[in-house]
Amino acid sequence: MKIYDVIIIGAGVVGTAIARELSRYELKTAVLEKEIEPAFGVSKSNSGIIHPGTQNHCNSLKGRLCVEGNKLMRGIAHELGVDFKEVGELIVVFNKKDIPRLIKLKEEAEKLGVPKIQIVGRGWLKEHEPNLSKKAIAALYAPTAGILSPYRLVYDMIENAQNNGVEVYAQQEVIQIKPSKIRGSKKQGYFEIITSSKRKFKTKYIINSAGLFADDISKLAGIDDFKIKPRKGEEFILDKKKEHITNHLLFPLPAKKSKGVLIIKTSAGNPMIGPTACDCVDKYDLSTTDAGLKKVLSSVKRMIPSISHKDIIAYFAGLRPAAGEDFIIRHEDKVPGFINVAGIQSPGLTAAPAIALMACAILRQQGVNLKKKKIFHKTREKTTHLFEMPFSHTEKIIKEDPDYGDIVCRCEMVSAKEIKEAIKRGAKTLDGIKFRTRAQAGRCHGSFCTCRILKILAENSKRPITQITKKGAGSEIVLEKRCND
Amino acid sequence: MIKQRELVIVGGGPAGMAAALSAYKNGVKDILILERDEYLGGILNQCIHPGFGIDYFKEILTGPEYARRFINKLEQVPRIEVSLRSFVVDLTKDKVLTFLKPGSFNRIKAKALIMATGCREKTREMVHIPGTRPAGIFSAGLAQKMINIEGLIPGKKVVIVGSGDIGLIMARRFVLEGAQVKAVIEIQKQSQGLLRNVVQCVQDYNIPFFCQHKISKIHGNSRVEKVSVVKVDKNFKTVANTEFEIECDSILISVGLIPENELIEMAGVKIDKNTNTPVYKGLNKTSIKGLFVCGNSYKVYDIVDSVSSDSEKAGQSAAEYLKRGKK
Repeated sequence: MKIYDVIIIGAGVVGTAIARELSRYELKTAVLEKEIEPAFGVSKSNSGIIHPGTQNHCNSLKGRLCVEGNKLMRGIAHELGVDFKEVGELIVVFNKKDIPRLIKLKEEAEKLGVPKIQIVGRGWLKEHEPNLSKKAIAALYAPTAGILSPYRLVYDMIENAQNNGVEVYAQQEVIQIKPSKIRGSKKQGYFEIITSSKRKFKTKYIINSAGLFADDISKLAGIDDFKIKPRKGEEFILDKKKEHITNHLLFPLPAKKSKGVLIIKTSAGNPMIGPTACDCVDKYDLSTTDAGLKKVLSSVKRMIPSISHKDIIAYFAGLRPAAGEDFIIRHEDKVPGFINVAGIQSPGLTAAPAIALMACAILRQQGVNLKKKKIFHKTREKTTHLFEMPFSHTEKIIKEDPDYGDIVCRCEMVSAKEIKEAIKRGAKTLDGIKFRTRAQAGRCHGSFCTCRILKILAENSKRPITQITKKGAGSEIVLEKRCND
Repeated sequence: MIKQRELVIVGGGPAGMAAALSAYKNGVKDILILERDEYLGGILNQCIHPGFGIDYFKEILTGPEYARRFINKLEQVPRIEVSLRSFVVDLTKDKVLTFLKPGSFNRIKAKALIMATGCREKTREMVHIPGTRPAGIFSAGLAQKMINIEGLIPGKKVVIVGSGDIGLIMARRFVLEGAQVKAVIEIQKQSQGLLRNVVQCVQDYNIPFFCQHKISKIHGNSRVEKVSVVKVDKNFKTVANTEFEIECDSILISVGLIPENELIEMAGVKIDKNTNTPVYKGLNKTSIKGLFVCGNSYKVYDIVDSVSSDSEKAGQSAAEYLKRGKK
């Protein structure tokens, strides 16, 4: 049986960032994912914000990794062809008595090394954020905040890691981890991992980046000293017509448990409002509520009064995998070879590249020889999206490939070619196609294009249409097929 | 140099076809219909039930039969060019259209333009139904297309939200396909669809019809498992202690239609934010001269017969506009 050097458990943004980083080295690396596709856990409901590093305690690990990650992310996005936009953020206050808190946030951020931050007043806000409530008197402006598509980042990182030799196994829920010592020797042995589909994997090192389930995985390895407490966040997506309702990411002053309810610009154009923050017990509870909607609407209307519930075209809930205040990133000396990367809630997306470097440093400390590969493909061919290119370019690529002129999703302008390409690059489900291409993500929510996508998916993956799912086994769309083509 | 056409019609459903034929009859000799689908007829193709044509043809026809009458007439007029699989992606105030076809990128300028782009259905998200987001939630029209065009059965135990006509018709359709329709749930005091559909599609099949009720939660992570339903008062507020659950594997959403006017909005036509329809005096007219809107994108009609007759007026108006331009 093949013995891996490193197995990463969990293909979210953290696991895939580590996988991509490790793929630079002469290591046998694999990623195990419980869901059918990467990014289907915590990462799929991420807000897509690349935080500058504000709103973190100056001595926190997450604060440091966030500031470092913000710098690193630009390079990664460029290498992988992920659209990163530096839009800047404003933490807005409405009351004179809150200005000292703003100053304190600024000082903390400066201690962490957040660059170029400044406090701006009413005049600046009026000019640069015209839809902002007149009651906003000042804001902390952090120009290095940015946005990108969290799932496209995950898909692009894992694709690049695979291209550099990392193996990925989906639908492999880890149910057992057996540490084994080589008898009579001080030398470290290897772990045996058993998954729900009865597959066995052997590896010298394990990196646990299992998100919401990181405590369960850690427990399997014998470390049971932290608990992941899911904290639910509901987010509401607005129509693309409202793309320019703000110019920056807008934050209120941070709340106790979260950064508060925000107005978020997204890489797709649609603004997003949310998230709520509500502790819950069920790691599968992704339901949205009336109360969540009310809370989000009233909070954002304070900043942008013109936002209306009529602008909402979609919503979802995500769970932050919180394990106390800070990230847990450490080698577990009691179980040599086992590394926990847990409790990665916000700003986990931003920090992911820095977390990956930290994981490498831990491996090096543990004696792993990180020898650079002779050939590392650091770039990948950028995925083509019609919705983000000028018409002159659209004209050119339709001439090269007629499928680009075959529009499937009319709301988001996604062609048959892009859908086939997504399937080629690993999409297996309707959600996988939506996250990669934006087909079904617009204002009609798939009413017009679902049939066509089902057919393209069935045909291109050589599966019957009744087996096509929304997001993995049990979420089949078609229950019965009545006729033969 | 951008190619110029006398009259371009976007949409080859009942509205677009009626407008084209009428414009031709009124003297326009260069007409282009851009249809995004592979066939003309639009949504009529998936409406395989009878009930169409009573006013217009004084006969009872099915949707495809009604469409076929117009397609046959169009085929006899070579001056009306039909371009299928043609998807308009951009429109300017000068009526320059950019459209894509498999293998080609096209730009044309229309002297007169009629938009007959129909409607989209309101989604679950637009009426804010709380709960999870599993597989098994369909707009009624999508379910209709799956069954009637693709031969795919999307559900076996169905709850229908809203009592728009498509929802009512799909209640009967699912029963005929052997599925169980567990309930139709309507938040208003009475059905939003035509009375004949309430009688023929729901009552005749003994389908439970709950007025003044709403879904308070959707359950199920992978596939829909059940819904929680509550009674509401006349202000749509939940009545306490009235919650009950219905087990089901699918939910059809039939809570109304929204005219699709994003293209003309892009061109600068004034749009009413509430109805998503053009704001201007006079049938089919918009704030841009020579740009007309007809059919369900002008306003949501109850029956296709009125779409056809009103759209004929759009064709006539476009012809008159072109004639005035020549003088």
